[in-house]
Amino acid sequence: MEIRVNPTRMELNRLKKRLTMAQRGHKLLKDKRDELIRQFLILVRKNKDLREHIEEELSAAFSKFLLARAVMPAESLEEALMYPTKTLNLEISQQNIMSVYAPKFDWAEEDAGGGESSIYPYGFVDTSAELDISIETLSAILPQLMELAEVEKSVQLLAEEIEKTRRRVNALEYVLIPKLEETIKYITMKLEESERGALTRLMKIKDVVRAKM
Amino acid sequence: MSTYKIAVIGDKDSILGFKTIGVDTFPVTSSEAALTSLKKLISEDYGVIFITEELARDLEDIIAELSKRYLPAVVLIPNSKGTLGIGIQQIKKNVEKAIGADILFRKEG
Repeated sequence: MEIRVNPTRMELNRLKKRLTMAQRGHKLLKDKRDELIRQFLILVRKNKDLREHIEEELSAAFSKFLLARAVMPAESLEEALMYPTKTLNLEISQQNIMSVYAPKFDWAEEDAGGGESSIYPYGFVDTSAELDISIETLSAILPQLMELAEVEKSVQLLAEEIEKTRRRVNALEYVLIPKLEETIKYITMKLEESERGALTRLMKIKDVVRAKM
Repeated sequence: MSTYKIAVIGDKDSILGFKTIGVDTFPVTSSEAALTSLKKLISEDYGVIFITEELARDLEDIIAELSKRYLPAVVLIPNSKGTLGIGIQQIKKNVEKAIGADILFRKEG
């Protein structure tokens, strides 16, 4: 299937220009895709390791927390956790991975008051040891959790971009470029044909003229 | 650069501990309630939302939609009953989407 055009020399030049442009774009996009995939693979491996690690740690923290909840009365547990010692402030900046903009998370802990640096918002008197352990694990894992959030988001955005780029590469490679090439061939053949037609006509006329003389 | 907040949505038993480290907790019991909270959080300035896999299982559509956006980052976490493997599944899906074949997990499966 070719593009419907008038078989003229001007059209031919125009199409040839479009073809070189498409081929250049195709090459560039292919390079972009390859590099995106390379970056993606690095990130996705990191993502997998981080997630496996975090799921393990979190499950441990949660099961300890469940124990704490079992041995402590619900009211005193909630009371113990009511006033956190810290608030988290998240600052987001952009990072650029092959012109895919992904958020980069920086966070700052802010002491809510009291000035103590303890991670426990409660005294140790009427709380269980399991609660301490669970909260310690949680607070130790927070940096990794934030990293996971960042990496996972980047992976998602990259996957999206790779899919888009791949589609473009394929559209160029399998649709636009063959179409252009075929149309160029069609015009060239048409032009050659009319040239031949003109030549035969000339010869014929010459014959006719010569016969009359 | 503006500051954002971090939230966690999940069942109470799992997420109360997050409160101590300064994350805003939104305890919910049903996926409908989780959806309402999630929608509310999206419209506010939350940069990262953690949500337990158990609840996320029923909210696949909206989470998939959010994953295409720049912000917020929705991260699945296991709950107190352990992991359901949805988080890992999502990574797998991303690999398949980007590369066309699963090359990361093939060795184990």
